[in-house]
This record gives sequence, C-alpha cells and structure tokens, in this order.
Amino acid sequence: MKKLMLGNEAVARGAYEAGVTVATAYPGTPSTEITENIAKYDEIYSEWSPNEKVALEVAVGSSIAGARAICSMKHVGLNVAADPLFTASYTGVNGGLVIMVADDPGMHSSQNEQDSRFYARSSKVPMLEPADSQECKDYVKEAFEISETYDCPVIVRLSTRIAHSQSLVQTGEKVEYKLKDYCKNFGKYVMMPAMAKLRHIEVEKRMAALREYSNNSYLNKIEWGNKDIGIITSGISYQYAREAFKDASFLKIGMVYPLPEKLISDFAAEVKELYVVEELEPFIENQIRKMGIKVIGKDLLPVIGELSAAIIKEKMLNTKTEINRKIDLNVPVRPPVMCPGCPHRGMYYVLKKLKLTVSGDIGCYTLGALPPTESMDTCICMGASISAAHGMEKARGREFGKKTVAVIGDSTFIHSGITGLIDIVYNKGCSTVIILDNSITGMTGHQHNPTTGYTIKGEPTRQVDLVKLANAVGIDRVRVADPFDIKEFEKVVREETQVDEPSVIISQRPCALLKYVKYEGALTIKSDKCKKCKLCMSVGCPAIVDLGDRIEINEDLCVGCRLCTKVCNFGAIGKDGDDNE
Amino acid sequence: MIMNNLNIMIVGVGGQGTLLASRILGTVGIKKSYDVKVSEVHGMSQRGGSVVTYVKMGEKVYSPLIEKGEADIIMAFEQLEALRWIDYLKDNGNLITNEQKINPMPVITGKAEYPKGIIEKLKENYKGTVSLDALNIAKQCGNTKAVNLVLIGVLAKRTDIEKEVWLEAIKETVPAKFLDVNIKAFEAGYEVS
Repeated sequence: MKKLMLGNEAVARGAYEAGVTVATAYPGTPSTEITENIAKYDEIYSEWSPNEKVALEVAVGSSIAGARAICSMKHVGLNVAADPLFTASYTGVNGGLVIMVADDPGMHSSQNEQDSRFYARSSKVPMLEPADSQECKDYVKEAFEISETYDCPVIVRLSTRIAHSQSLVQTGEKVEYKLKDYCKNFGKYVMMPAMAKLRHIEVEKRMAALREYSNNSYLNKIEWGNKDIGIITSGISYQYAREAFKDASFLKIGMVYPLPEKLISDFAAEVKELYVVEELEPFIENQIRKMGIKVIGKDLLPVIGELSAAIIKEKMLNTKTEINRKIDLNVPVRPPVMCPGCPHRGMYYVLKKLKLTVSGDIGCYTLGALPPTESMDTCICMGASISAAHGMEKARGREFGKKTVAVIGDSTFIHSGITGLIDIVYNKGCSTVIILDNSITGMTGHQHNPTTGYTIKGEPTRQVDLVKLANAVGIDRVRVADPFDIKEFEKVVREETQVDEPSVIISQRPCALLKYVKYEGALTIKSDKCKKCKLCMSVGCPAIVDLGDRIEINEDLCVGCRLCTKVCNFGAIGKDGDDNE
Repeated sequence: MIMNNLNIMIVGVGGQGTLLASRILGTVGIKKSYDVKVSEVHGMSQRGGSVVTYVKMGEKVYSPLIEKGEADIIMAFEQLEALRWIDYLKDNGNLITNEQKINPMPVITGKAEYPKGIIEKLKENYKGTVSLDALNIAKQCGNTKAVNLVLIGVLAKRTDIEKEVWLEAIKETVPAKFLDVNIKAFEAGYEVS
C-alpha cells in the first residue's frame, strides 16, 4: 500500500533504501525533517553537526572512506557549505555522496530567496529536482547511482512546497550496499595545485558524460499533449503548470543540471510555442536561449516569490479568476510572535528599556524585531550578530559600543558565532554578547545541539560548557543571568555594556515549549488593583489582551510564567488564590 | 466513483494543532484509494502566525495548493482566520468555523481592531457556513485538545465519504489512550446541524 509522506520523509526513505549509513545536517526550514526522519533508522549513523560546512565535510569523509553518505541543509546553509562543495566536486567520491538542499521561494521562514540551482553550475556538480514525494524517494536513490557512476557529489534540490507537502509514496526494498574498500589515493583526495589541475580535467570529462546521461535518463521526460504549446518545467513548477495548461505538451526536467540539451532541441522543434515555467531565476530559460531557441518565460512570469497555477494562468494565459470579496471588514495581519512563556521576552523587555542598539541573529528571537518589542536593529545571517556588533563599534567608537549588544541563540552561537567572538578578543573589541541559552534549537522545532547534552538520537553526550568556552577564547567577564529576573538582568546588562573589555552574558532559561518546562498555569488580572497603565502590555505577550475598559489575560494562552507579574507595579497580576499580601 | 477533486483548507493560528486534522483527512483519502496531497506550513509562522494546510484528494492531484475560489470546504480553528481565507471558498462551498477568538499582535498592541460581527457576516454571505463553539464542545467531551475532532465531525457530515471510513481513519491516526475522547468529540461534531 502507498503511504502518505512529506517530501522530506520520502528523502529519508530514499536514503535508507539506497543503503546510506551516514547522514549529517544542520537544521533549517524547510530541510529539517529529512534528517529527523533519517535518524529513526537504527542502521544509519545520523548527526546534527554544528554547521553545514562541518556537516558536508563529515559526509565527504564518510564517502571517501567508502560509505554512502547524505548531507542536508536549507538554501542558505549551502553558502556555508560552499567551500567543501567546490573542492569535493574535484575529488569526487568513493561511496556515493548526495547533498540535499531545500530552497524557500516566498521566504516562509528564511532571510533571502536565493536560487540554489546556480551552485550546481558553478561547482560543476549535477543537480536533480523532484516534483513530489515519490520522486523525492526515487531521485535520491538515482542520485547515489549517478554519484558513484560519474564520480561526483550530486545535489538534490527541493523547494518548500515539495519538502513540506505530503503525497503518496510506494516504498521499495533496501539495497544491500557493501562499504567500498578504502584505498589511499592522494592524487584524487589531496587537493594541492598539482593534483587539482589534473582533477579539473576529470571534472570536465565527467560533465560531458553527464550531459549525455541527461539526454537519455528517465529523469527528463516528455509528456505529449497538444503541440500548439510546449512547456519545459521542473520541480513544483511542473505541478502548477499541469494545472494551468490542461492539455499542452510537457518536457518535465528532473535533472536541472546539466540540462538535456538534445531532448530540449527535439521537443522545441515539435511544438509551435515554447514556454519555460520555473520559480525564481530564469535558470533553465537562459540556458535554452543560449542554445538559440526562442522561448517565453520570465518576460511574463515573476522572479520574485512562489508561483502558483493561478499566477501562471494570469501571466501566461491572460485568464484571471475574479473573486468578488463579499465582506468589507478589515482583516488585521497575524504575524508570528514569541510564544507565551518565551524566555526571550524578558530579555527584550530589558534591552528595549535600556534603548540599546541590538545586533541580531537567526532564530525565534529574531521575532524580537517586530512590535511591540521592536528591539533588534540588524539580522543578516547565522553568526553575524557578534561580528557586526564588533564592526559597529570599530566604525563608531567605544561610546557607541557601550549602547550596543549582540544577541544570538545557543545553537547559532556554536554554528558560527564563536569565530566572531574570537575576532572581538583578538582585535581588542569591547562588545557585549548575549547568548540565549534556552536548552534547544527552537525555531526549527526543537533539535538538539552541542549545548544541550544530547545527540539527534536522544543519547546523552558531552555538553559544550558555554562559560568555559567563552573563558577559553579570552573573555574574562562571563555572567549567567535569568531573563525572567528582569531587575538582575537589567543590572547585568548595564554593567557589562559599560566595561572596557569584551563580555558575554548567558541568558539562561529553557524554551517554554519543552515538555519538562512546567509553569503554574493561567494567571488573572485583579481588576481592583489594576490601574490600566498597560505596562504589562509592553512585554508583548499574546496572552494579555486590552479590552478597552479593562486588561485581561487569555486563560487558554497564558502558561503562568509570571513575567508580567514582575513588570506590574501594582501587584495586580497573579494566580487566583495567591495570598493577599 | 469520484466526482471532482475534494479540496479542503484547514486554517488557524500556529500552535492550535491543525496537524492532526490534516493527518486524519489524508488517511481518509488513502482509504478511498484517491490520489492525495497535503501541504503544510512549518517554521516561523508556526509561532502564533496565521497558518494554512491544504488537503486535496481525487483521481489525480497535481498542485498541492488550493487557489482562490477552489476550496470545497474551509475548516477554521479561529474566526478571524475564517474571514482571512474566505475568498478561497467555492460559491457553494462549506465553511466550518470555530467561534474561538485569538487576538493577533496588531490588535493586542492597539494598532488594529478585531473585526466585529465576523460570524454573522460570514453566515449572511456564505450560505454553507456552520459556526460552533468547538472548544466548549471538546471540553464537555473531556479534553479541550479534541477541538480538532469536533471540527472534523462537522466536516465529515458534509462530504460524500462514509462515516465508517472516518472512524477507521481516526482509529489509525489518534494515539490509543486518547481514542475514546476523540471519538466522542467526532460524534459530537457529526451531530452539529
């Protein structure tokens, strides 16, 4: 029987069936569930690596040592892993090596909308792109075959709607994969100029062979319909295009690099008008144009955001479905917010009060940039909070630095914050760095990391001691503070920003969504004590509601963390049955 | 025997637990031997943002997304979210909405107002609207977390799919120790007119 699987879960199944024995990743939406699902297979060693570069290097090592290895990340993670990628393209593989990358068109949960297909071209690595969960599984298996046949890593690209859509999958048998022999081969695996020059020749030979493969592979296929219109498309765009153009002819591309040029020429010759339907950049389109074939694509379709069947119909077929909105009520937006009980809220309350410039980073705490906390000035990429704060101080001087802090999550700090901290110490900066130690990787849905003391499989392991780590790189001033003790937290922040040496504050309190975190349950506002000053509203908790004539706590949302109790000057917020002081 | 594809949208606020509902719907589709696609949102919007899940079943499903004017049924966990997504409903479609209100941040901070009379206006303009206090019904069944199943009960009644299929799908999807309360919640929803 077929099973309903997320694209990411199907990738995991494909890895299992392909005989993978090593899987590495750094969590990132929309790729996280790939490795979460792989970790459920006992026979596959799986790890959350500190970052994507390390993850890919581990997988490269496993491949050289003879195993089939898979490494997964989101699109921006591939930037971090780009260094090993470009050279692993030269070394090639021993056991098969597959790199999963999940793009996020529409930026549901990302800081940019980059199109990772360009990485395939610039690193000279083949790339496949599945269009549903069944293909996720099948293509991953095929990718391992390609990797070993053509001696190269293979990238499989997903997008959010493939990774996070469930569709039916027919599972298959696991292949019995025998670890390949390990042979020392420095000409292949030691990339110094003399050897790399020779390997580059091999890379070009392999790409020529892969262009031939692409023309003949089942991955690229023609579905004939009416020949007035021919559509070349791939991935999720194929599904949208099939709905928009009901009876056109389709060339569905499963291998987006290198493209099947002969197949494309043949297809183009048979149809009257040729369209390319692809999300984001004109990656396929420009290559077809270069072949001298006339094609309609991004002159009509947007390069910004996701596509949909409706957008394709409107832009390419001029048929817009008019929806007549019958209700004239204004619908307020509902942006994401930090959860009730979130430990970050206490910290932001203090940072806002002190009017500090906050150099921010990537995680749940990025939500602190939104109203009502609005306490974040910058957010660029993983780890940039620390280095950018250092840059701000070097640009504007120490006085500006005294009004500036960097804010970074525990997992993000390990990912790439530690190098920025070393930079501050080495180059005589005085920045204050707040590490948010909430005992988990929050935003991506609770993954372990080197600071939590558990592996991806939930096994206890040695925990990185953040205090000792900061000490070891030369930070003498390391303070641990509870963000819900706002008086003490404020005092610590004031002191540390003023001292003329670098400092680290570890803001320590576990994520409120962790199962073992139990608060006492919903609080209430005592109307006789409440002066309606709305100070409690300034903490920005979604459970506190202004009803106009009174302030109320939503009992379905409140967890009872008591942050608002501490902010209230009139003792008006508490638990029913609190003693009447 | 199947008509056109059945398109269902589940809308709500991140954290309300829309995931179980989509799993049950997906299982029902498989039991009927349909092609099924379920598209969810993960990541940032799960932190209290507006969330939507698309469930499509039928002979052949291509796009996992439902476009405006294409939903046969919208199942809303919160009334403002029902209003936000209502343009996706087909002319003769069914809207099933929980009456619960959760204020979004612009309302909490006083920058916007929570619209008044949402349910009345929805009922006036969309004949197939059913509204209910699913939270309270779930509470009476023994667990507020069974809101899911109350709404699915209402939904099940408004499809051509047999009740037994729904019950089987629930049994396969819900953890055994919560089965009784969830079946009770489903039945309570099924009886809502």
